[in-house]
Amino acid sequence: MSRRVLAIALVVLALLIALPWIGLRLPGVFEQPLDAPGTLNVLALCFVFGTLALSYDLLFGYVGLLSFGHALYFATGAYVFAIALTRLHASIAGALVLTAVAAFVLPLVLGAICLRMRDIPFAMVTLAFAEAGSILVMQNPFGLTGGEEGLSLGADALPAPLVGVPNTHNLYWIALALLLVAYAVARRAVDSPAGSVWQAIRENERRISVLGLNPYLFKLGAFVLSAMLASAAGVVYVLLQGGANPQITTSGFTLALLVMVVLGGVGTLWGAVLGGIVYEYLDFRLVALANAPAVQALPAFARVPLSEPLFLLGLLFIVLVLFVPGGLAGALRRSAPAAH
Amino acid sequence: MHLSDVVLLLITGLGLGALYFLVAAGLSLIWGLMRVLNFAHGAFFTAGAYAGWSASTALSSASPWMSWLAGLVAGIVAGGVFATLTEVVLIRPLYARPVGQVLMTVGVSLCALALVEGIYGNDPKQVALPDALTGTTAILGANITNGRLLVILGAVVVLVLLLLFLSRTRYGLIVRAGVENRSMVEALGIDVQRAFTLVFAIGGMAAGLGGVLAGAYYGTIDPVRGTSMLIFAFIVTVIGGLGSIAGSAVAAIIVGVLQQFLNFYAAAGVGDFAVVILLAVTLLARPGGIWGRAPG
Repeated sequence: MSRRVLAIALVVLALLIALPWIGLRLPGVFEQPLDAPGTLNVLALCFVFGTLALSYDLLFGYVGLLSFGHALYFATGAYVFAIALTRLHASIAGALVLTAVAAFVLPLVLGAICLRMRDIPFAMVTLAFAEAGSILVMQNPFGLTGGEEGLSLGADALPAPLVGVPNTHNLYWIALALLLVAYAVARRAVDSPAGSVWQAIRENERRISVLGLNPYLFKLGAFVLSAMLASAAGVVYVLLQGGANPQITTSGFTLALLVMVVLGGVGTLWGAVLGGIVYEYLDFRLVALANAPAVQALPAFARVPLSEPLFLLGLLFIVLVLFVPGGLAGALRRSAPAAH
Repeated sequence: MHLSDVVLLLITGLGLGALYFLVAAGLSLIWGLMRVLNFAHGAFFTAGAYAGWSASTALSSASPWMSWLAGLVAGIVAGGVFATLTEVVLIRPLYARPVGQVLMTVGVSLCALALVEGIYGNDPKQVALPDALTGTTAILGANITNGRLLVILGAVVVLVLLLLFLSRTRYGLIVRAGVENRSMVEALGIDVQRAFTLVFAIGGMAAGLGGVLAGAYYGTIDPVRGTSMLIFAFIVTVIGGLGSIAGSAVAAIIVGVLQQFLNFYAAAGVGDFAVVILLAVTLLARPGGIWGRAPG
């Protein structure tokens, strides 16, 4: 990393940490000042989705594994954590330990099965398992998951500093810390010797076998690591939302994840983070656009598409796939040639 | 366990399998020939369902059969046109980028679903059916809704037509050869691109028909059914062997019937779950599916 990039990164980081003390107004970007709980909550959600997109990029961008079941592991983190707190009345530490175990064992077992397939059949099997998870959550077995209504944490499940609107800044910092730690872990992993093997598998898997390495084990390692990062994001999501909802188990959610990663750019980590943040921000802002008087006054053929955030995001996605295959990261790279 | 229950479940399961087959047939052909995992296929199904509903509603003053048949035709046409446009406008520029093609179909499905929700809303729409379809026929003591029998009939007709197309026509031959070895077909100087468009059109029409028939099966249509149909159709194509129409048909029956029986005799949701387990077991035992070859 060049010095200039490092300096920019440090300044951005310092700004992000100090954000809850900066009462700046950015008209048009956020309706409330930056230190308002509403703004901080949106930003924290952006960080959570940035982390999730990052974990997906680890799998898709670095190992070349196109999973359609990544939502399952995000949901595992969210639901196991929420169930431990509300149904088992565990302490936060206990709930975290339980979540960590589930977040390790589940992808290990399912990954071991799915990775017997390659390419598109692999994608389909991951999709099927995620669908099974979604059905399970919706069926509300033993009243554990709350079915369609989801699980809400309640005020006494968490320590006081994590509860309530005035404490949103604490959650903001937790989400920021999550993103930074996940980025550091993923960066370390892809720069390690195992990371080189992952990228080699993406380029030519047979060659790795010929060289005497077992691609299956490396892929499984990446699958589990990526799933655990997603589960960590799921835990913070529960803290932010005050509960878990079945929306995050659906295949639609995995597809949204795919949109985030492709939007940001595949195979750079930071591109995916950017994609996750931008996606979540757009999702939030486009709702405001849909309700804007100017849009409401339009005739139906223009109003209906503009009122559907998912339509606009899908359209953006199609345009990117067609014309900007590198996503935001690719576009940024091209506009600013390497400084070193 | 009464015989009438078993017959009822068997026929409802066959009906469900028939709907899966209508979606899976196109998916399987598209995958077999083009190696594209088509996420937009659920959107073709939904487009057919809503186009059919709109046409029937617009003609609701005509006789019930006329308006329903108009909806049937509109659904098939809508599915076919939507699929053809998707292939020609959006998939064709990406022939060199297989992952890009999959992503494109994801984008199409997101957009289409959002548009349908925007235009028609999230709530299920009641489908107006002729009395003959809502009536029942007694089979071995079980009262079967005629709409469900019609769905099975529709799938059988599509199956026969597809098998005839594949075995008797020149394009069917190209499609079969392309599934077997695409580069060889290209090397022989045959324009495979036209066959690509054709399988999309056929698959879209079958899915559109599935959308309309699903209205007769369930009595309502909603924007999200296409997604769950797509997922079970994926499972059906994998179990049956990607690229094999006959395999898809058999797998669709197995999946539909198994799902119905377990959802009834065990608990709601168990059948859906068991189907996923069946998929995992099939793949572990025979990675290429029951009729397919192991993926290369």
